[in-house]
Amino acid sequence: MTNSLRAIILKGGTLADGSKRDVLINDGVITSVSQNLLSEGADVIDTEGLILLSGLVDLHTHLREPGREDSETVLTGSQAGVKGGYVALSAMANTSPVADTAGVVEQVFRLGKEAGLLDVFPIGAVTQGIEGKILAEIGAMADSVARVRVFSDDGNCVSDPLVMRRALEYVKKFGGVIAQHAQEPALTSGSQMNEGIVSATLGLKGWPAVAEEAIIARDVLLAEHVGSRLHICHLTTAGGVEIIRWAKARGINVTAEVTPHHLLLTDELARSYDPIFKVNPPLRTDADVIALRSGLADGTIDIVATDHAPHPGESKECEWQEAAFGMLGLEHALSIISQTMVETGLLDWAGVQNRMSIAPAVIGGYSDHGRGLEPGSPAHITVINPKAPYRVDRDNLASKSRNTPFHGMEFSAQVVATYFHGRKVFSNGRMA
Amino acid sequence: MKHLLSIADITHLEAVSILNTATELAKVSDTPMKKLPTLRGRTIVNLFAEDSTRTRISFEAAAKRLSADVINFSSKGSSLSKGESLKDTAQTLQAMGADAVIIRHGASGAPARLAECQWMSGAVINAGDGTHEHPSQALLDAFTIRKHLGHGREDLEGLRIGIVGDVLHSRVARSNVLLLTKLGAHVTLIAPPTLLPVGVESWPVTISYDFDSALESLDAVMMLRVQLERMNELFFPNAREYSRYFGLNSARVKALHPGAIVMHPGPMNRGLEITADSADSARSVIVEQVSNGVSVRMAILYLLLAGDTSIKAGN
Repeated sequence: MTNSLRAIILKGGTLADGSKRDVLINDGVITSVSQNLLSEGADVIDTEGLILLSGLVDLHTHLREPGREDSETVLTGSQAGVKGGYVALSAMANTSPVADTAGVVEQVFRLGKEAGLLDVFPIGAVTQGIEGKILAEIGAMADSVARVRVFSDDGNCVSDPLVMRRALEYVKKFGGVIAQHAQEPALTSGSQMNEGIVSATLGLKGWPAVAEEAIIARDVLLAEHVGSRLHICHLTTAGGVEIIRWAKARGINVTAEVTPHHLLLTDELARSYDPIFKVNPPLRTDADVIALRSGLADGTIDIVATDHAPHPGESKECEWQEAAFGMLGLEHALSIISQTMVETGLLDWAGVQNRMSIAPAVIGGYSDHGRGLEPGSPAHITVINPKAPYRVDRDNLASKSRNTPFHGMEFSAQVVATYFHGRKVFSNGRMA
Repeated sequence: MKHLLSIADITHLEAVSILNTATELAKVSDTPMKKLPTLRGRTIVNLFAEDSTRTRISFEAAAKRLSADVINFSSKGSSLSKGESLKDTAQTLQAMGADAVIIRHGASGAPARLAECQWMSGAVINAGDGTHEHPSQALLDAFTIRKHLGHGREDLEGLRIGIVGDVLHSRVARSNVLLLTKLGAHVTLIAPPTLLPVGVESWPVTISYDFDSALESLDAVMMLRVQLERMNELFFPNAREYSRYFGLNSARVKALHPGAIVMHPGPMNRGLEITADSADSARSVIVEQVSNGVSVRMAILYLLLAGDTSIKAGN
């Protein structure tokens, strides 16, 4: 997998546990992690003052290919990924055509290989056409070259309880997981934003927290009943965190993710009527943000996932209710987690490495990922400068789209390089 | 004040200034000429992306009485019905030199987008956006209330006003809650719980589910239109039950204290939220609301476009 024949030493960087070490990479594999490493003929890269983490893994990415190549492609999404420190992305199934057959997931998998910047793991649809009625060819996708293990109708909720039950049972055959987009459709028909004080004033149709929480509660009970594995996508409410906490205490095999934007932004931003802040599930309140942060800190929420959702300009340059749901996430996720979790003292870098690399790799079954910086591990490394303040500029993105809600915001931590199988796929603002 | 998007954006002083200006301009309507040269040569576009008759005609009459050129642009048969985006429409109007756009739109916030996206430079006047606001309606309602119940006061201090019906979907209610309370009135919202928004507890109002017990304390009762399409959305069992609990009928009109007035923004569903005899009773000022609407909209256009500085005093 590597083009580099020369060994590389990352010298003097700080690992997740706070120790300063040199990391030796040979043929795409970490061969030694120790102090004062010397290696004849190796390229030595000074990482003094920088943080080295196990390469980031995203479990929730919309790459839009096939079908909406005007907003993103597997290649541009990969470029955005490595710029954000990611070495693995999970391509959501709601493409056009939907990734509900072995053919489509293999196409996406192949496009990821061709882009070659990171691993693209396709997520398969749970139901045909993500319509929630008939199971997709889950087994064929699992057995395909793409070896799909995560299945989701994301964008739509698998709302029929019987369909959800069967899907949970079926993936036990190969240790798969159902990633549920928890949104009771009957409670959210035409909904535009979080239902509460702000929606009441703005006259935008409300999206109640209970529409999310009711599905989470139902599905953890279903997962318990059939003894299967459930993953909850983009948790947004304090009540949802409580239900997951309860389910885990009960021994139910459930994991959950939170997005960077739900850890940072609230529904107050909708007051501008600028649909750059329109997203599914919607931005919630301050109290929810606090609960999500503490849930991520104490491990109730297992991982950060971006829900990177590119859209072309015309889908956002319009009235709120006409606009598409979704916002970009890959390029600034790490900076946002640093600001909301590390700089607030809620999580240390070992915690970040767990939530953004190790745990998502375990949930996805990505055995080549999330293995930490240990001898023998593939050299997937995210290099971070924790003190490199920058301002987000929507005109300077690797993504093909520019629908970032973070435009103009300042963050202090920044990804400065990304290594994938020992190959530098991103550094200092330039692609490899 | 460059635009009129939401009552939340205007001060008590600005609101009073609009009402006072409307009082002055109302006199014009009583003269044989019915016309002032104030906005001669100015172009005002009525951009009605949602059907409306009375608001469009009212703004058109107001603009014409100020001698402005008025262009009507409505959804049916226009580019709006051909899928043209708001952005393209706005840029077209800009290219045609519109000094002001009066916009009615089904999407909450569409006027705010028009004003803030710099697609056009003219003034934007919200003539009703989705379920958000309808500021000119609230101003004409306040004008009507002040005229009848103000006793020479400039604002509505101490008056008790009931707004009855589908608050959840009502832009008229949202604008009126903001304006009437800004002007010192005490507002009671009277509706079944299903037709009040979650979050209403943060509004500066009293909530009542019981029309009859609220009646006798009210100086003005403002009935809201119940849209027929709500019938099938489970907000209440059926029209008869709605009328029984929240409709204005002759018995309830009799229970009002002497001097209290009956209002409705129109168009009315006679027999649903208001009975015909209530709508046509001596208490009703519903027809007068329409004529006051022209004066208030003249005041809005005058203050936004004629460069008068008095309205800016509050900023």
